[in-house]
Amino acid sequence: MESRTGKRAADIAIWLALLTMPYWLPAVGGYTQLGSRVVVMALAAMSLNFLLGYTGVLSFGHAAYFGLGVYGAGLTIKYLVPSSLTGIAVGVVTGAVAAAIIGKLIVHLRGIYFAMVTIAFGQVFYFIAYRWNNVTGGDDGLSGWHREPIRLGFADIDILHDDRAFYYLVFACFALAVAIMAVLLRSPFGRTLLAIRENERRARFLGIPVDRHIWMSWVISCTFVSLAGALYALLNNFAAPHDLRWDQSGVFVIMAVLGGMRSFWGPLIGAAIFVVLQDYVSTETQNWMSFIGLFFVLVVLFFPRGVLGIIPRKAAP
Amino acid sequence: MTQLVLYNVFNGLIIGAFYALMALGLSLILNLSGVINFAHGGFLAVGAYLAFVLIPYLGFWGALVISPILTAVVGLIIERLLIRRLYGRDPLYSLLLTFGLAFMLEDGTRFIWGPQTLPFSIPSSLSSPLSNEFFFLTGYRLFMVLLVTAAVTALFVILNYTRLGVRIRAGTLDLETVSVLGVNVRILRNLNFGLGIYLAGLAGVLAAGMLGLQPTIGNDLIMPSFVAIIIGGLGSLPGTLLGGLLIGIASGVTSVYFPSASEAVIYVMMGLVLLVRPRGLLGEEGRF
Repeated sequence: MESRTGKRAADIAIWLALLTMPYWLPAVGGYTQLGSRVVVMALAAMSLNFLLGYTGVLSFGHAAYFGLGVYGAGLTIKYLVPSSLTGIAVGVVTGAVAAAIIGKLIVHLRGIYFAMVTIAFGQVFYFIAYRWNNVTGGDDGLSGWHREPIRLGFADIDILHDDRAFYYLVFACFALAVAIMAVLLRSPFGRTLLAIRENERRARFLGIPVDRHIWMSWVISCTFVSLAGALYALLNNFAAPHDLRWDQSGVFVIMAVLGGMRSFWGPLIGAAIFVVLQDYVSTETQNWMSFIGLFFVLVVLFFPRGVLGIIPRKAAP
Repeated sequence: MTQLVLYNVFNGLIIGAFYALMALGLSLILNLSGVINFAHGGFLAVGAYLAFVLIPYLGFWGALVISPILTAVVGLIIERLLIRRLYGRDPLYSLLLTFGLAFMLEDGTRFIWGPQTLPFSIPSSLSSPLSNEFFFLTGYRLFMVLLVTAAVTALFVILNYTRLGVRIRAGTLDLETVSVLGVNVRILRNLNFGLGIYLAGLAGVLAAGMLGLQPTIGNDLIMPSFVAIIIGGLGSLPGTLLGGLLIGIASGVTSVYFPSASEAVIYVMMGLVLLVRPRGLLGEEGRF
């Protein structure tokens, strides 16, 4: 009973901290855009963790769907409709459809094989973005566009110039996606995913259609990752082929692991640590790749269960 | 046109031989130890840069012999220090650690030798075309194909006829039994890792002579190696070889007709294989 109230308190504290972030972040040396980036990356890492931590399926190719969100939003705003919300919608739908199709091909694979195939599949989209120069801008990325203020009819929200307004757009999307994931995880569907994670064979014997559940979990996870991607494009007013390369997938996984895969908020903590560290290291040194690499190695050696994994708990949720 | 197609098929075969050489090393490690070695490309770069350093002293031929051995030694040390801790753990951790290692190796080479492409001299006896009609058939390319053939043959001889090779193959099937029969599994895995890295180093020296030497050389070649393994079938070394050659030729032929898709085509092939035959062309049923 005590731990439940403790958990409730932690939930409230996290929501409050996120809600007020633009007001306290500058005071501790950050800036609002950094806050937006933390929330976007946290959304990506938490979405990945829906699959990784709660279904027990190792995807190492989530950057592909993140990148589809990025390019879906960017291309829509640049060539079709100058509207931020339409861009986000197109990005999410693109990612979701691609995930649904590719998911059908791969859901019956397991473990290492699944990981390898997801990594390799991700590269298709990378090469499309990289090679289709006259549309995507190729290696230089997609520039020459920017997010548009949201016109509600009765009022405009200027997310283009007002960083705080944009933060709250990001936060609203984050809150919606995270709430949906939390509700799903508490539903019978979510409990079934946990059952599959804990003992797939037993779940199968109980008559659970395991492949279909994994496919659904995969599509949900990829859809929210593309939402994060679309927001990321708006945040930078730019789309880079690097956003869908395999190293980005690794970054999402390390965020989830660093925070703690078995806890709902873990990936948020991991994303916050990673983004702030990256922001700091890349301004201090040219050799950020070595630092990131070393960081990966150290996390695996010393924090395999994540920051939140250190806190002892009686039973996994 | 025929010449162009022939040129690209041959070119694809060479690239495919690279992929196969790299993928065979990856497969060896994956099959015995269950570790996906993301850093394989990093080791390839180490082999290439070591050869670059050694050439002024030993010449090309000396470097070709020594550099892969030194790379394998680096591999043995890294296995001892880091990779060993990953055995038996969730594959997630081996992916992440070798991923970090790949970053460090690429950035390390960039830090030491700079980001620019370095000149990599191959003997003049190898760099001239063999005939005017087949201008693309330089001695170096032919030499590469021969060397890769020799290396692959040697690998299969080692695996089939030496005590170490038989133990590696046995360990791939049932490591526990091999251990009970008195084989020191730690040493076996260590040597197996070294063997895989040796192949990466060899591929590195050859790749440097062909593609030029730059820090990204290894990590650009790693993804196709994954695809080669998946197409050939996880767990099957002949499959990996076949997969490497197939994707090399496919991307060579595609570059004749639709150059900008020459990279993407191998992933499309992978998708088709997974659709029709999920275990890969020569993979065993039910292993994964």
